[in-house]
Amino acid sequence: MPLLQLIARRLLQLTGVLAGISLVTFLLLHMAPGDPARLLAGERASAETIAAIRSQYGLDLPLWRQFLTYLANLFSGDIGLSLRFQRPVSQLIEQFMWPTLFLTVYVICLAVPPTVALAILGARRPGGVADQIIRLVGIAGLTIPVFWLGIMMSRLFGVSLGWFPVSGYGAGFIGHLHHLFLPAVSTAIWLVPVLTQSLRAALIEKTTADFVTAARAQGATERQIFWQTMLPNAVLPTLNLLGVMVAFMIGGAIIVETVYAVPGLGTLMVNALLGRDYYVVQGLTLVFAVSTVLITLLVDLLSAFIDPRVRL
Amino acid sequence: MAESPVLAQTAPSIRRITPTMLVALVVLFGWLALALAAPVIAPCDPDAIDIMNMLSPPSAAHLFGTDQVGRDVFSRVLFASRIDLLLCVAGVLPPLLIGTTIGLLSGYFRGVVDNVFMRIYDLTVAFPFFVLVLAIVGVLGPGLLNFILALTLVGWVSYARLMRAQVLTIRESEYIQAAKCLGYSPAAILGHHVLPNAIGPVIAYAVSDAVLVMLAGASFGFLGLGAQPPAAEWGVMIADGQAFVQQAWWICLFPGLAAISLGLGFALLGDGLGQIHRRGATA
Repeated sequence: MPLLQLIARRLLQLTGVLAGISLVTFLLLHMAPGDPARLLAGERASAETIAAIRSQYGLDLPLWRQFLTYLANLFSGDIGLSLRFQRPVSQLIEQFMWPTLFLTVYVICLAVPPTVALAILGARRPGGVADQIIRLVGIAGLTIPVFWLGIMMSRLFGVSLGWFPVSGYGAGFIGHLHHLFLPAVSTAIWLVPVLTQSLRAALIEKTTADFVTAARAQGATERQIFWQTMLPNAVLPTLNLLGVMVAFMIGGAIIVETVYAVPGLGTLMVNALLGRDYYVVQGLTLVFAVSTVLITLLVDLLSAFIDPRVRL
Repeated sequence: MAESPVLAQTAPSIRRITPTMLVALVVLFGWLALALAAPVIAPCDPDAIDIMNMLSPPSAAHLFGTDQVGRDVFSRVLFASRIDLLLCVAGVLPPLLIGTTIGLLSGYFRGVVDNVFMRIYDLTVAFPFFVLVLAIVGVLGPGLLNFILALTLVGWVSYARLMRAQVLTIRESEYIQAAKCLGYSPAAILGHHVLPNAIGPVIAYAVSDAVLVMLAGASFGFLGLGAQPPAAEWGVMIADGQAFVQQAWWICLFPGLAAISLGLGFALLGDGLGQIHRRGATA
């Protein structure tokens, strides 16, 4: 069963990447200039505090021993303790992750329909007027700073027109939808051009495919060819985009959440960075990377399941 | 098929410049001129505090208005362009140089170096780009220098990957075989034959990458992790103005528009260059 073989091979690759991710996040803390114990304790800590922290966190052990401890902790689900909150990082992530997840799904729902429509419009006549306009507007959309767009939109739609709240997460499903509308739109405006470009390219690539020529030779109309032959074949590239999306979205969410004061993982990350809460930074980086890898894996497996020709 | 892409890439003629690329070049040189001439053309000292003129709207005296401590926004936008332009160059060049060199060697010689590089690549792309740069800056400490350092640490892999892919197709071509048969040294082949033929798409990518670097730099400034206040930098200015956006929209609006116009310059130029190479590759 080739699909099972594929899964096995991907899982093996996954182990390697996960090991690498844990090594990088581990070294992250040791990249800091100076003594990690002093960084953790703060600038004004006494020598005793630093010594206590050093032995508490095992920072007096050799580096490879520390890495092994770190790995062992990871396996037991312990990704560190926040110095500021004095709570496990995993608990913090559990508390802050819902707004971010909600926002992510929201953005995908807002971004996919216009992406598909624009990509189809552009790909139907590559180089045509519609295609050129979509491309140029897309390029312009990519150059807008997300945080600036967020501030400007909250000023216009939130303050001047009063249509939407400009900060927070709201209560209940409808409240979340209402509160996160502006953050989601700000992110989507920036995401749609990226996705449209890839999907358009995938669709155009299909126009020269043999099966399209074959359909044409069999006398299918251009309309039929487009809707029945090309579009279904562009589903896979769209799916693969989801993987690309996630990495982009996480980066975008960090900034957008800060602008709109959404209590999500992005806000947690920025506050941890500014407050030098290193274990939170480390844990979040790990979680972001692992989720990206897992989603990519999921997308790959799904593609292989849909299209038996896909072998990675 | 074998000859045309090579000719297309090695002979960039003036005729290939499209109208949009021309606009892009005008914008970029315009910003360069403004940045260089900032001390001469700026009406005010960008850091001069004027308590009597706080938050005053755009007027003849202050084209873009003044901020919460009375600094002239127009002058600050002009002076900020120096930091942001420098950021684009300093954020693109180191990854470009390092990545190109490693990609060239890794793609041409293959072997262990190539294997190690591919593993590093796989690992780096597992992290969301922005998160990794953010985490590194967070650990090293805020500031422009650390931002560029983090950007270089993460960014070189994309350049190396692109360069490597180019080199892999070129190394099998007939003119490289010919050069080998004629007894040229690897250094001569790499420098005179592989590099000039492989660099085009990498340059196009670098120009587009400048947009991302500028936006990332401004975002870091906005988050308080990049350029440090009171420095005039577009992201920092927008962060400063955020608290006053209700009364004084102009503090945020103009730095953002400046960033968009500079970004458009790079994006349109990169798009044009990329199209030339794509056309060259499929012609």
